[in-house]
Amino acid sequence: MAEPTVVDARRLLCPMPVIRLQQAIAGLAPGDEVELLSTDPGSRRDVPAWCRVHRHEVLGCEERGDGVIVTRVRVVGR
Amino acid sequence: MAKQRKAVALISGGLDSMLAARAVMEQGIHVEGINFFTGFCVEGHTHAIRRQDQHKQKRNSALWVAEQLDIPLHIVDIVEDYKDVVLNPRHGYGANLNPCLDCKVFMVDRARQWADEHGFDFIVTGEVVGQRPKSQRRETMPLIAAESGADDRLLRPLCARLLPPTLAEREGWVDRQRLYDFSGRSRKPQMALAAEFGFDEYSQPAGGCCFLTDPNYSLKLRDLWDHRPSRDYQLDDIMLLKIGRHLRPKPGFKLIVSREEGENNFLMGYRKQFVHLYCTSHPGPLVLVDGELPAEDEQLAARIVTRFGKSRDAGRADVELVRPGQPPRVLRVDTMSAADLPQSWYL
Repeated sequence: MAEPTVVDARRLLCPMPVIRLQQAIAGLAPGDEVELLSTDPGSRRDVPAWCRVHRHEVLGCEERGDGVIVTRVRVVGR
Repeated sequence: MAKQRKAVALISGGLDSMLAARAVMEQGIHVEGINFFTGFCVEGHTHAIRRQDQHKQKRNSALWVAEQLDIPLHIVDIVEDYKDVVLNPRHGYGANLNPCLDCKVFMVDRARQWADEHGFDFIVTGEVVGQRPKSQRRETMPLIAAESGADDRLLRPLCARLLPPTLAEREGWVDRQRLYDFSGRSRKPQMALAAEFGFDEYSQPAGGCCFLTDPNYSLKLRDLWDHRPSRDYQLDDIMLLKIGRHLRPKPGFKLIVSREEGENNFLMGYRKQFVHLYCTSHPGPLVLVDGELPAEDEQLAARIVTRFGKSRDAGRADVELVRPGQPPRVLRVDTMSAADLPQSWYL
């Protein structure tokens, strides 16, 4: 299985993490996975919301010890 | 079988654009939302940064609206291109540095381009005739349509019946009689329509989503422009105007003083780019220097730093000064009394 595409949105404030994810997904195919790194607490809510309206699947969202929020997304699309 | 018509709706996160999108969805139109990030959006930033605001909603209102409507939302970064709107508004500013009319033209234009690229038939906005003094007047409605290049592909469902029929109405894609004739600043018709559509929660109506409408923010932005060789700005510049206390003791530099832990953490991310100071003998805030801090003003800057921490009444304090790429230096200074800090330095 292919490694996920890592998108680094650390230190960016919302909605930039969402925009970076959106840009990354635009170049991917259904089934591909993305690992988004962010630090804005708002991304915990915004990224899953953006995934829901686009029908992408959030595989997990967890905060690491260093404060980085890691969200794993599988590309699905409407 | 009739072709499925598609519209892109500008979604601000407020009630009007939510209702406008829903009004055309009710008529069987496929709608997708578009939202523009200018860098001046109030949206969540300061809430995300300031610890004292941690209890406040951090949701992105436009995304929330998209969820209520169950439509895809495309968020577009226009920070770079938007500079020309802010710096050179053809139609001027509103009460502050808000170029509302140029902004609307720009956003409708960008939505038109997006519609062309993605095969969408028309553009929907939540504009209402007479609702905003600068951008939503009867005279500005045709101007926005013309200058954006959208022309009659621009449909304003909430006030469509007060305006000439657009392409979508003439072609029968939407029934003009099922659109609306709202006008003026009253919010009652929108609230009634929200109830009819079953929306019982929505963002505070009518504006408040752009820092350029804020007098204090505009003052700080104008100060930035007045003290730089060029009015050009970077995203970091306009973000930092949202954070901390800003003091300009000399024309060549200003100090950005964090007000609490959340802001302190945020400003920490800028330490590699900015000259910065903090008190080492007493608890106190991180202070960034924006501009050139001459050696002869280092003591002054350090004394100002002492005013904003536990050191303020200590008499003497140690302040570390860090110039990026150089070893830190500790300055021992007399603390600054309230009387020595002129109010005129505050922006």
